[in-house]
Amino acid sequence: MSYNINNKGYYGEFGGAYIPEMLYPNVEELRQNYLKVMAEPEFQNEFQQLLKDYVGRPSPLYFAERLSEEYGAKIYLKREDLNHTGAHKINNTIGQILMAQRLGKNRIIAETGAGQHGVATATVCALMGIECVVYMGEIDIARQAPNVARMKMLGAEVRPALSGSRTLKDATNEAIRDWINNPVDTHYIIGSAIGPHPYPDMVTRFQSIISEEIKWQLKEKEGRENPDYVIACIGGGSNAAGAYYHFLDNPDVGIVAIEAAGKGINSGESAATSVLGKEGIIHGCKTLLMQTDDGQITEPYSISAGLDYPGVGPLHAHLYRSGRGEFYSITDDDAMKAGLELSKTEGIIPAIESAHALAVFKHKTFKENDVVVINLSGRGDKDLNTYIDYFNL
Amino acid sequence: MNRINQKLEEDKKLLSIYFTAGYPQLEDTVPIIEKLQESGVDLLEIGLPFSDPLADGPTIQKSSTQALKNGMTTEKLFEQLKNIRKTVHIPLIIMGYFNPILQYGVENFCKKCSEIGVDGLIIPDLPADVFHDEYKAIFEKYGLINVFLITPQTSEERVRFIDKVSNGFIYMVSSASVTGAKNTFGDIQTDYFKRIAHMNLNAPQIVGFGISNKETFNSATQHAKGAIIGSAFIKFIKEHPIEDIDVFVKTIR
Ligand SMILES: Cc1ncc(COP(=O)(O)O)c(C=O)c1O
Repeated sequence: MSYNINNKGYYGEFGGAYIPEMLYPNVEELRQNYLKVMAEPEFQNEFQQLLKDYVGRPSPLYFAERLSEEYGAKIYLKREDLNHTGAHKINNTIGQILMAQRLGKNRIIAETGAGQHGVATATVCALMGIECVVYMGEIDIARQAPNVARMKMLGAEVRPALSGSRTLKDATNEAIRDWINNPVDTHYIIGSAIGPHPYPDMVTRFQSIISEEIKWQLKEKEGRENPDYVIACIGGGSNAAGAYYHFLDNPDVGIVAIEAAGKGINSGESAATSVLGKEGIIHGCKTLLMQTDDGQITEPYSISAGLDYPGVGPLHAHLYRSGRGEFYSITDDDAMKAGLELSKTEGIIPAIESAHALAVFKHKTFKENDVVVINLSGRGDKDLNTYIDYFNL
Repeated sequence: MNRINQKLEEDKKLLSIYFTAGYPQLEDTVPIIEKLQESGVDLLEIGLPFSDPLADGPTIQKSSTQALKNGMTTEKLFEQLKNIRKTVHIPLIIMGYFNPILQYGVENFCKKCSEIGVDGLIIPDLPADVFHDEYKAIFEKYGLINVFLITPQTSEERVRFIDKVSNGFIYMVSSASVTGAKNTFGDIQTDYFKRIAHMNLNAPQIVGFGISNKETFNSATQHAKGAIIGSAFIKFIKEHPIEDIDVFVKTIR
């Protein structure tokens, strides 16, 4: 079984490019060029240089001693939270802004839910002096005021998505509509491993720096490149795809995916797509998604704004279907507790998205010598208000 | 012969109207179809509403959201259309996004369309290539025509490919944009209409997106076989009773 994308843009039965004809020239241009551009030495040099000097890579692989004692395994944290702008999202936006420049685009659009990807996009646009428009659901704009302010400071225009449920999926629809209306000069920087082919693969490759580093870092620390488990949270699936990438074809490495159960899988307020979703088409991609029997896309819920996407990247749908990935759903309560626990035991306040991954220890037991790598996708600064409200701090 | 092909052979410019099923009121679907036929419209596109219509502008988005709130579903639409061929003889096309059709089952959906007497489908997010490789046989089995879009950005090579896989007409999107009404077309559109007309394609072209009045209808049909009005009609039907539909149609031609 292969876990790489095939030449038609599918992972197993998932993926493809289900796009209206209006998007075809743009998506086709990207499809024909992305691998070629990424292979250019000059592109690689610039990408690597920026990841090092601007993002601050490599991000540390930190042995969490006290957490390890608590749960009886060797737990390492991949510190994507220490990246510039506070999450893994910037690995992708750096890659895509360089791609956009190579394709001669001079205007960038993006969607954002919590605002992390919006900030990461606005950041690279400021860096390169390129016009940036970020679509964000009207409801999210109200919930995520600090990130809206950041994007504005960085010179981006934040446009409210007023359609549908006025959250992430609608912001994505608006970004796609903008791209239809501006087919020549604009590049759309998608924020996760979702969307029409080649986006899931391109985003995964830009994020694959995470597992590339884990390999040599673990070699230094443990004398072996491969952990027993890699664990990551899944919204659309970009941090997870990056953390898994170089381990996918090695059956000795367990792939563990954590989704947001919200208030509980059967509560009606959940974002556990692999459990609640059915095969369908969302944002140009055939994947698992939450929908009614009639094929209308439903609104997910999670306390963490970065995990409430009604679909999941096609790679992850494939990992789920094929059994390669082990999937868990973590409730708001368990995630919040895990976030507080990491703060108290290791002095690291995680993003609530990442806290979902940390809650795995409540659901899965590991052997004492298991080497477990958790991708700590982001830091908790942006979530302080949620932590304050939840714990009455 | 399929009703769409018959209609395309008539020696006149065709007026097609798009409307969203179940809008403004759930049970308006059939009365609107009947009144549009009575008013002399040549071809109808019945919009199956979707929660995330990403090729549509605000007018059709809102009508879709409202239709879903009204309770429109795929099953409901088929039920409403069950006896439509007792009163309606003009070609009927269902226009809908792919996901609801996929959930219904593509084959089931096509079968149902053919039982009712629907003549064709427009599925904007089902690309011609995927259709050709995976679904063409099913459509042919049920005698349905599938209509593909082209835009000003579509390369000549791809226009030729789309022409080859088209068995009805080509839906020519007037400009690089989502759906929505415009008041005039500029030189860019006119040049594009001419360019496509000069390609001598097998499939006739019908222009859609941005047609809203006599002027845009006339300029679109100068080079093409017909034109489709969507958003402008939806705005009209939102504010006027169904009996007045002929007033709207008379302002176009
Ligand atoms: C810190 C953090 N982790 C995870 C995610 C989820 O996205 P993905 O699944 O693409 O990694 C987000 C999204 O906003 C995020 O900000």
